[in-house]
Amino acid sequence: MIELRNVHHRFGDHQVLRGIDLSLTEQRIAIVGANGSGKSTLARLLNGLLLPTEGQVLVDGLDTKKHGKVIRRKVGFVFQDPDIQIIMPTVVEDLDFGLKHHGIPRPEREARVEAALAEYGLAAHRHHPAHLLSGGQKQLLAIAAVLITNPTHIIFDEPTTLLDLRNRHRITRLITELDHQVILITHDLELAATATRVIVLDQGTITADGPPTESLSSYIAAHTNP
Amino acid sequence: MLSLYHEARSPVHAMPAGAKLLVLLGTGTGLFFVRSIGALGVAMGVVVLGYALARVPARVGLRHLLPILPVLAVIVVAQVLLTDWVTAALVGQRIVVLVALANLVTLTTRTSAMVATVEAVLRPLRPLGVRPERVGLVVAMTVRFIPVLKEQADQVRAAQRARGVRRSTRFLTPLLIKTLRLADGLGDALEARGAGSD
Repeated sequence: MIELRNVHHRFGDHQVLRGIDLSLTEQRIAIVGANGSGKSTLARLLNGLLLPTEGQVLVDGLDTKKHGKVIRRKVGFVFQDPDIQIIMPTVVEDLDFGLKHHGIPRPEREARVEAALAEYGLAAHRHHPAHLLSGGQKQLLAIAAVLITNPTHIIFDEPTTLLDLRNRHRITRLITELDHQVILITHDLELAATATRVIVLDQGTITADGPPTESLSSYIAAHTNP
Repeated sequence: MLSLYHEARSPVHAMPAGAKLLVLLGTGTGLFFVRSIGALGVAMGVVVLGYALARVPARVGLRHLLPILPVLAVIVVAQVLLTDWVTAALVGQRIVVLVALANLVTLTTRTSAMVATVEAVLRPLRPLGVRPERVGLVVAMTVRFIPVLKEQADQVRAAQRARGVRRSTRFLTPLLIKTLRLADGLGDALEARGAGSD
């Protein structure tokens, strides 16, 4: 479970989040909001990439201010742009990267990489340079490279924004089939509707929180009326 | 080295990365003591044999040599003007042999093997504060991100051309901003993927 207790965050004088209290217990949660509403900041607070300027973020009872490294092993993060997330030059090397930095022994790493290549349809591209992959393949690699480390929670920051329709459906299907706790930060309302709980952020505060039909209706109403 | 790995099963591929780098270093040094066009021709022949042994097609080898031709031409012409044609031929041959050999090492060695070698070589320097895994990571990330930066530069140039700006150094500012953003995101990605500090 991820819990936020009276979380505030500001960058300099700019207050981004104001007094957020949340208990994220559901398996699939979507966080939606307009640009600048604080979604990405909130996402980065959930695995300790950012620390709150006030309040606490707890992951399975551990405070992100004290247990950042342990928390980042539990909470995987898939970035919007896979070009930022893919660190190593080739597919196979990038899949191995996270495992190596988690201290997994080489034989187990090799077995897990082989399994991931097969599972995510990347076997034919194993030695391909990452920059030559298509957008969909890059996003698939970015997701596989997070899943391979066996996190218990995964945060997806705009996972479908840069994809074409075919790849959007492919990645959506993959995400909906995951058994992990999934937190989706998204503008993609179709993807958000697959969650069991949708949280709407506006100017750093929560304006709706509930089942997708209710939250998304309020979000759409607030952002389409003049 | 920009992830040009050419997959094949060959004795050259199977050779340890460290041994290949040693051969490259030794050849690079040794070539400067060779002052015969014939001997350098033999060296070129040996490198060509290396390509055949590695099962790297001639078109792949030549394609990777092409980018050096403009620089090579300038150097050779300068040598002809400043010295004589024999020295120019020697210099030209040395450069071609060395670049072809370096390309062969790159084409037959995975980045991970290269990084592992760099880390192994630097390990004795750990007591002096050198962190071999960090240096290895820098090498790997350089290989990974040069094409990404090139792509970003191309995007900026294309955007400027679309607005009617032809050749201009003004593309450097937006490119710098994009690069800084990339670096910022990369810091987060490294942290998120377990390569950051606590």
